[in-house]
Amino acid sequence: MIQSLDPRVTRAQIELNNPIDPLTELDQWETYEVFHQKKRGDQHIHVGIVHAANPEMALLFAKEQYARRGVSVNIWVVKTAQVYSSDYADSDIFETVPEKVYREAGGYKVMEKINKYKKAQAVK
Amino acid sequence: MESAKELFFKMADDLLIFGHRNSEWTGLGPILEEDIAFSSMAQDKIGHAQAIYQILHEMGEADSDALAFNRPSSAFRNCQFVELPNGEYDFSMVRHFLFDHADQQRFEMLATSAFEPIAKVARKIKGEIKYHVFHADTWLVKLSQANEESKARMQSALNEAWNYALGIFEEGDFESDLRSKGIFEGEAALKARWMDKISPIIEKAGLRIPDESTWNPVLGGRKGYHSDHLDPLVLEMGEVFRLDPGAEW
Repeated sequence: MIQSLDPRVTRAQIELNNPIDPLTELDQWETYEVFHQKKRGDQHIHVGIVHAANPEMALLFAKEQYARRGVSVNIWVVKTAQVYSSDYADSDIFETVPEKVYREAGGYKVMEKINKYKKAQAVK
Repeated sequence: MESAKELFFKMADDLLIFGHRNSEWTGLGPILEEDIAFSSMAQDKIGHAQAIYQILHEMGEADSDALAFNRPSSAFRNCQFVELPNGEYDFSMVRHFLFDHADQQRFEMLATSAFEPIAKVARKIKGEIKYHVFHADTWLVKLSQANEESKARMQSALNEAWNYALGIFEEGDFESDLRSKGIFEGEAALKARWMDKISPIIEKAGLRIPDESTWNPVLGGRKGYHSDHLDPLVLEMGEVFRLDPGAEW
């Protein structure tokens, strides 16, 4: 039996060699993706997963895992199995041809102009 | 205000002992997420107890640490239901369900109490209790419907818990005084509200409330008569505090 400084653990009379067989895959509850909303009108932001036996239980756990502290008004849970995703083998679809920097905000060098304008305003 | 004090002592003692008992699951819960959720609720209960001890302190009693950690078990006024060992998860979930519905109804009744400090606490902790009840209902229904074994275990836990749960509503000496002063409507009214709330959920879960002919409330806790389970709990809970009662934490 495990002897612990924690009296609860000693009382639980846990065998040193845990007799429970290793968990098989089906012993695990399935996962739900959790989306958290800080205030009404904001986007729900993906924050992580929980294991749960059904959607209600996933909500219960999501609240404690991801909304216990700070401000929250709403959470969504979605079965991970229901998420349709792209394949990592196809990651090359996200690669951008270097000549197309004009399509990115970083491609515009406007900070110099802005700073120059601010400076001019400050002088006035 | 002896009547109000009696009410607040039994409420705070229920919540402290229940919170401490439930906290014994910390680290031993069935899965990580549930371990965190159940531990967090246990902590909430202790926080609710503290808020009520604080009211008692303002009414002239010792401070909340002394009330919680420095009284003999015979001074506690909790019902015997909350001091019982956790048993397995079936019993802990059934107790959580039965107790927390009573807790929610009690605080709902007190939210409009003429005794403003307790009404204020009731309004403040409403959301936390709502979550506790949501948690309890979800587990009760899920475990009762998972398979034959789980259903049988939940039914036998309910049978075992029932007469203890009825002991929550043991009447005190001041029921009519509390009613006439508008402080609290009383244990009988509370029990009626509780029955209305739990009956449809127990039915939805597919369980049966034990036959009324077998009802036999386990009383005595409100007068300081306890099972053998309370004393070790109280001693263990106050052990660190008593090493140095004046220590600043």
